Amino acid sequence: MNGPHDLGGQMGFGPVAPEKDEPYFHSEWEKRALGVTLTAGAMGAWNIDESRHARECLHPADYYASSYYEIWIKALEQLVKRHNFVTANDLAASDAVDTAAKPKRVLKAENVPAVLAKGGPCDRPVAVPVRFAVGQRVRTRNFHPTGHTRLPRYARGKEGVIDAVREGFVFPDTNAHGRGENPQWLYTVAFTAGELWGEGADPTLEVSIDAWESYLEPA
Amino acid sequence: MAARVRALETILTRKGLIDPAAIDVIVDTYETKVGPRNGAAVVAKAWSEPDFAEWLKRDATAAIASLGFTGRQGEHMQAVFNTDETHNLVVCTLCSCYPWSVLGLPPVWYKAPPYRSRAVIDPRGVLEEFGLSLPKDKKIRVWDSTAELRYLVVPQRPAGTEGWREERLADLVTRDSMIGTGVAREAA
Repeated sequence: MNGPHDLGGQMGFGPVAPEKDEPYFHSEWEKRALGVTLTAGAMGAWNIDESRHARECLHPADYYASSYYEIWIKALEQLVKRHNFVTANDLAASDAVDTAAKPKRVLKAENVPAVLAKGGPCDRPVAVPVRFAVGQRVRTRNFHPTGHTRLPRYARGKEGVIDAVREGFVFPDTNAHGRGENPQWLYTVAFTAGELWGEGADPTLEVSIDAWESYLEPA
Repeated sequence: MAARVRALETILTRKGLIDPAAIDVIVDTYETKVGPRNGAAVVAKAWSEPDFAEWLKRDATAAIASLGFTGRQGEHMQAVFNTDETHNLVVCTLCSCYPWSVLGLPPVWYKAPPYRSRAVIDPRGVLEEFGLSLPKDKKIRVWDSTAELRYLVVPQRPAGTEGWREERLADLVTRDSMIGTGVAREAA
């Protein structure tokens, strides 16, 4: 979707303002927000693509007014409601009022190190041969799906070159919506700044994205 | 927001869906165990051992795992090497993808709109805000982490560090130098 999250090339947000000796957390609630997000995700009811899409679906005014942990929590509220773990009644009471769906698993403290160390690999075997080769010129598709996609707007309909052929990876555009993993070959595609940004682009700049095969057509 | 997070944690805990002690372990992990020291060790080893650098270039996931750094948001690693000709910079314009296993949790600026919007169109302007001014003819390659590959920049080894042990070299490797918004510290 052309949501508030798709930020590449947008203007008006001001300077980056890096913070010297930035702490990992700026308040206690941020620690709990990280932990609640990860432990709730560990129930196994949704995947990383669905959680990313939930964040993208925040209203743009809300998205831009929120810190990243705030975005996480607002999206998590939607996810736990959608999957019947928490109801509007629960949230209104700030307490467990209604019964919850049964989770696939509950992450216990003693299992956290193993679960974090294992992560969630997204590489998958792909049945079809690779379509593009390193050095080949390709054009990204120009599409505007209303659902989840990982092809940013600034890189749609652009001509680039295959920089690397990666592995097969879970396809987020379907996986985010419960329509299956449908793994595809993934490629790193490099573009000149001139192709992406046109007049006045930095001649020394090249930008790459990681693109699933169905985002690409031969140039 | 503090009350809102507390309410969510309370509801999920009372329903037996999450274990608050697990949250404590997660927070402790990312406050004390997983951070940019991991990435600095990887870079220092790459500077010291050409064979390791070659492995890191070819199969970063395996090379990094050999040092014990694996897991969440580091499942599929890619190392990109700065050279005299090219400076590398990593961003996630769509969300906040970041190599947790080697750099820990991302800083606020990495996840915020100013960096995410400008890194792909005006990286030189962004780098100036970090106090880094690149030569005009130096190429810049920006890696937008749009999939599940996580990028680690290997900064150039500072001059005057010949013969240094890996531990000493690692002290020169800053977090920002591994994102590309900085370079390694100079030898003191």
